[in-house]
Formats: sequence, C-alpha cells, structure tokens
Amino acid sequence: MLSIRSLHAGVEGREILRGIDLEVKAGEVHAVMGPNGSGKSTLAQVLAGHPAYAVTAGEVRYDGQNLLELSPEDRARAGVFLAFQYPVEIPGVSTAQFLKAAINEIRTRQGQEELDAIEFLALLREKLALVEMDQSFISRAVNEGFSGGEKKRNEILQLAVLKPKLAILDETDSGLDIDALRIVAHGVDALRTPDNAMILVTHYQRLLNYITPDYVHVLFNGRIVKSGGKELALELEAKGYDWIKDEVGAVEPLGAA
Amino acid sequence: MSTTAKTVEAAVNREYEWGFVTDIEADAIAPGLNEDIIRLISSKKNEPEFMLEWRLRAYRHWVKMDKGAGEPRWANVTHPPIDYQSIVYYSAPKQNTAPGSLEEVDPKLLQTFEKLGIPLGEQKRLTGVAVDAVFDSVSVATTFKGKLAELGIIFCSFSEAVQNHPDLIEKYLGSVVPYTDNFFASLNSAVFTDGSFCYIPKGVRCPMELSTYFRINAAGSGQFERTLIVADEGSYVSYLEGCTAPMRDENQLHAAVVELVALENAQIKYATIQNWYAGDQEGRGGIYNFVTKRGKCVGRRSKISWTQVETGSAITWKYPSVILQGDDSVGEFYSVALVNNYQQADTGTKMIHIGKNTRSTILSKGISAGHGNNTYRGLVKVLPRAEHARNRTQCDSLLLGDRCGAHTTPYIEVANPTASVEHEASTAKISEDQLFYCKQRGISAENAVSMIVNGFCKDVFKNLPMEFAVEASKLLGVSLEGGVG
Repeated sequence: MLSIRSLHAGVEGREILRGIDLEVKAGEVHAVMGPNGSGKSTLAQVLAGHPAYAVTAGEVRYDGQNLLELSPEDRARAGVFLAFQYPVEIPGVSTAQFLKAAINEIRTRQGQEELDAIEFLALLREKLALVEMDQSFISRAVNEGFSGGEKKRNEILQLAVLKPKLAILDETDSGLDIDALRIVAHGVDALRTPDNAMILVTHYQRLLNYITPDYVHVLFNGRIVKSGGKELALELEAKGYDWIKDEVGAVEPLGAA
Repeated sequence: MSTTAKTVEAAVNREYEWGFVTDIEADAIAPGLNEDIIRLISSKKNEPEFMLEWRLRAYRHWVKMDKGAGEPRWANVTHPPIDYQSIVYYSAPKQNTAPGSLEEVDPKLLQTFEKLGIPLGEQKRLTGVAVDAVFDSVSVATTFKGKLAELGIIFCSFSEAVQNHPDLIEKYLGSVVPYTDNFFASLNSAVFTDGSFCYIPKGVRCPMELSTYFRINAAGSGQFERTLIVADEGSYVSYLEGCTAPMRDENQLHAAVVELVALENAQIKYATIQNWYAGDQEGRGGIYNFVTKRGKCVGRRSKISWTQVETGSAITWKYPSVILQGDDSVGEFYSVALVNNYQQADTGTKMIHIGKNTRSTILSKGISAGHGNNTYRGLVKVLPRAEHARNRTQCDSLLLGDRCGAHTTPYIEVANPTASVEHEASTAKISEDQLFYCKQRGISAENAVSMIVNGFCKDVFKNLPMEFAVEASKLLGVSLEGGVG
C-alpha cells in the first residue's frame, strides 16, 4: 500500500530525513520509534504533505500513485489520515460541522453520495461511543479549550469517522494519563481491519501494550537503523535508546542531531 | 507569498453576480446641484410645501459645510475628491403613469428584481416577507401592502407616505437624524428621492419581515434614499435591507439616511445585507457608501437592534447608532464587515445612554483580506442622568493575508459613576496550521477559509432572520473570492 524509498526531507534547508525506506502492506500495523529529534514527526508530516517540509530526494508510492505529487487534501481524499501530535484549534467551527465538511468532501471525491445531516449524526454518535465522549463534545468548537486528552480523543474520533486506508498516528500517546491512553488505544485497535494499515509514531513502548504492532522500526538520525517484530519494542523499553545509539555509532560516526 | 496567502487568494476570486445593467429608458435630470435642482426634485414628486422648505434648509446648510470644512475627514478612508456638481440627483425608470398595480410595472423592472432573487409577482413572492423595491431614485413596487394595511401597518415608499401620511412624515422626519447632522446627511436631506416608510401602530406585532431592496442601475447617478420606521407603543417590527449595483469603472455615491423611532415598549430589529458593487481587483469603481443610520429609543423599555453584514462597496462609512433616551431601553449593534481587494470600511456604532438603566451591546466582527482596510470606530457615551447604564463591547478582527489592515478605535465617555462599560478586542489570523489541519481532513482551502470565516461571524449571523442568515453566509464566501495576498 505504501512504499517509501530513500526519502530525504527537511525543513528550512535543514535535512532531517536522510534516506528512509519502508514498506507497509494492507492489514499491517507498523510502529516507528526513536528518541527525540530522530525525525519521527517529520516523517509523519511529510507523508501528510505539510507545506513547511521539503522533500529533497526519494519517492513515496501510495496505492500505485506518486504520493508526493498530491496536494494534502488529495492525499486525505485518497485515504491518508494523520492524527496530529498537536491538534489545531479552529474557533467558531463545531467539531460536527468540521467533520461533516470533511467526510462529505472525501465522499464526493470518491464518487459517493454526501451524507445528510441525519445519516451523519447517526454515524457520529456511534463513533463517539468508541472514544467514550459524550455528545456535547461535537457541538464545541474544534479543539478549542480541549484538554490534551480530549484533543487526542478527538483525533481518534475523526479517524473513526473518516475510516482512512492509511492512518499515521503521530505521538498520539504522548501526554495522556492512563485512562485516556486506554481509551485512545482501544479506539485505535478497534479500527484495525485487513484492508487498512497504520503507522504508529511513538517515543514510548506503552501504547504498544494495547496495540500489538506487526513491525517495529527504530528511527535514528533520520534513518531507520533497526527493524524487527513486536519484541524489539520491549527490548527498547528495557535497554533505552542509548543501546541503539551505541550500536549505530559503532558502525558510522553520527552527524549533528 | 505564504501558502496561506495563496490559498486565500485562490479562495477569493469570483465575479460579482449582481453586476448586470438593466436597459431601460430613464427619466433623469441634468447633473448638478443647486436650489433649482432641489425644487425640481420636489416638484417631480409633487411634494407639499413643508418638504420643499425642509429640503432647502438642508441644502443651504450643506452649502455652508461644503464651503467650510467639507466632507468629514476623520474616517480612516481615502478617496479622490467627489465632484458633487457632476452627479445626477434624480433618475427614474420612465413610466407613463405611476403604476397602480404590478401589471402596470415595466416587466423589465420586475425581471431585474427577479434576477436579484426578489420576485415581486403575486405567485412568486417570498413568503413571510413584504418587499419595497427601489430602483435608482424611485420605489417600483411594494408587496403585501394590503395585507399589512388590515393590521393598520403602513408600509410604502417614502414618496407615497409624503402624499398619504404627511402628518407622520412632518412629525418624525429629521427627528432622529436632523438635516444638520453631518455632511452626507445634509446632502441626503436636500436631494433624497425615495426610500421606505413604515409605521407600526400601537400594540401590533408585525407578522412578517419587512424589507427594502435598493438597486442602483443608472450610470453617473447617485442614490440618496431615506428610510423612516416608526414603531408605536408596544409594537414590534423586523426589517431587512438589501442592496446591489452594476459593475462600473466609476465610483458612485450612495448617501442614505435611516431613522428609527421606538416608542414605549416597542421593538425594532433592523438588518442590512450590504452588497453594493465593491470595485474590481485593482480597486477601480465601486460604490461610496456614506450612510447615516440612527435609532432613537424614545419610550421606556423600548429596544432597537442593528445587525449589519457589510461585504460590498469600495468605501463604507456608517455608524448605525442608538440614542437610549427612555429609561430601561436597550440598544444592540451586531456587525460583520468584510473588506477584500482595495475596499475600505470605517464602520461601527454610537450608543448614547441618556435614560436610567439603559443597556447596550456591541459585537463587531471585522474581516480583512487583500489590500482591504477595516476600521471599527465606536462611541459609548453615558450622560450624567443615565444611572446604572451598562455597555458591553466586543470587537474582533480576522486577518487573511498580510497586506490588509484592521484597526479598532473605541471612544468611551462616561459621565455617571454608576455606569459599567466593558470593552474587549481581539485580532486573529487564519494560520497555516489551521489550513493544513483542514486540508489533511480532505477539506479544500476555499471551504476551509469560508468555514473559519463563517465560524468567526456566527454570533452576528444568529441575529439575522433565518433565511437571510443563510444568504449572508453564502455572500461572505463569494465576497472572499478574488484578491487576497
């Protein structure tokens, strides 16, 4: 579904990703782990098409298309979803209104009928239950005045409503207390199907207690330096990232972080 | 240019839909302004003596001002000097006789209004809205007149009111905005040609929205209309005004006056959707909208609300105000003012607290895009007798792009220590992150901008009658199309 080859990208002339290779197939869950500054969030933003990031080399194919040629909105309409590390506030626009606009633009582009208000509300109510949010939530302005946990749950609500083919979760677990983490993780886990794929970008292993990944990749200094199964995450948890640094450092000297 | 600016620019380019010209023969007088022109206008309208006298007093006052300080210069707007002698002060579509019924109205006029979404014919009329349609200098038709008359409500063109209800006109004309009020109000008093008049009798709740639609058609003419609404004791009326004009390279002057009078326990809601031609993307052409609107809460517990959505005009200069004379009276001002391309708006309100326990609310939302320049200018004045007067003001500005401007100029004068006056202001920009967030959810930049702008204005829109709130929201999207960066 997603094939990343030798991807180089940066921001403001500074190279952050230095040759990423990654294959993601339908039905798979990949965890991308790594210490702060390793390029995890950059990878997520580049895949979603954030205008501040420039791709300098490499290619990304998604469902047979060149993903990098698509505008952010066309990527979304093609089924790429990013759960933001820092969800953005949109004053004056209710979550319901925002999501209705989103789903209907996506549906229109995919040649489906728009949902009317009644169908949409029914869908939204069903998904609200998944993230254990009450209905007052959807009439509040998007993320405005939300707690950190509410913002993350709102991302998962959107994920559930939009049902993307490829979901990228950027540090969705960070800053969550244990209850919120459980709700978010169960929400995500419930959305796994054989047809979609997920990339979980995370610093900590704890999210992976709830969602078992098929593959774990360690990102370091802009490259994937180690890949393995779910046991790699546990190893990282036990040994810390220094172990990786030492292992990689032994092979080649590190550039500036 | 940032991506935000580019997307906003893309979101902002559509043709002005109402820019067509109706090809109709006009009965226009020669351009120019002098006492003879005033006499000519008055005689064309077959006015009683008191009207002519009033016009002449206004004209003489205006001449003094014109020779003195001239136009007001304090507003944050610039324009080349206006040549008042080159304006045509009277232009009416030619009709053999005054139409007695719709069948006698020139079909071209009916088509024009139909094209503007204001069908006047019996079968197609907007339900629940009575319309007075004003084309250049004259009113062409007023719908539902008979039905309203059954309740004792007078709703007709100003000219008709002068003929049929001269006592009411003489009593209330200039009682809120005297002809000496300001440069443009004096000019209007001298040369105004038509407008709407409305009287709601004691205790009557007007069962439908009353509405006036103003259309400028003729080139080289100005539009000077005058609206007077009197709500007698315990009555209620909701009023809506709309306006459009053809696209022309020249600037056209629109200097209107609106006076509202609310007697004891009466309530008037007045809403404006102003969509005069705004000029092109380089700032050529467009209407100079220099308007004086004021309401007077004469009686106790009376209430006047102004709601305005200002998206058109090259320059907007207007301050719908309320004089809170009766004790416990209430004044409200809700405003959305949008400037794009090279539009300029200097708009706001005045709340003059005279009576005890008077309350006022001001909510102003300014949106600036392109090279637009938007100023909120408002006065809250509490006089010595206004015990426990209260005001709450909130002014929010939204900037789209980095070449536009937003300014807030509040004046607060309080002469009673028991009064409470609150002022809050904010300025925000649509950020790159907000746009990216929307796009990542599949929402196009155009829809994202329009959704954010509408969200910003929602507290004002909810004061509009339902069907017009939808219209206003659409209009905002259209007005944003075309020239930001």
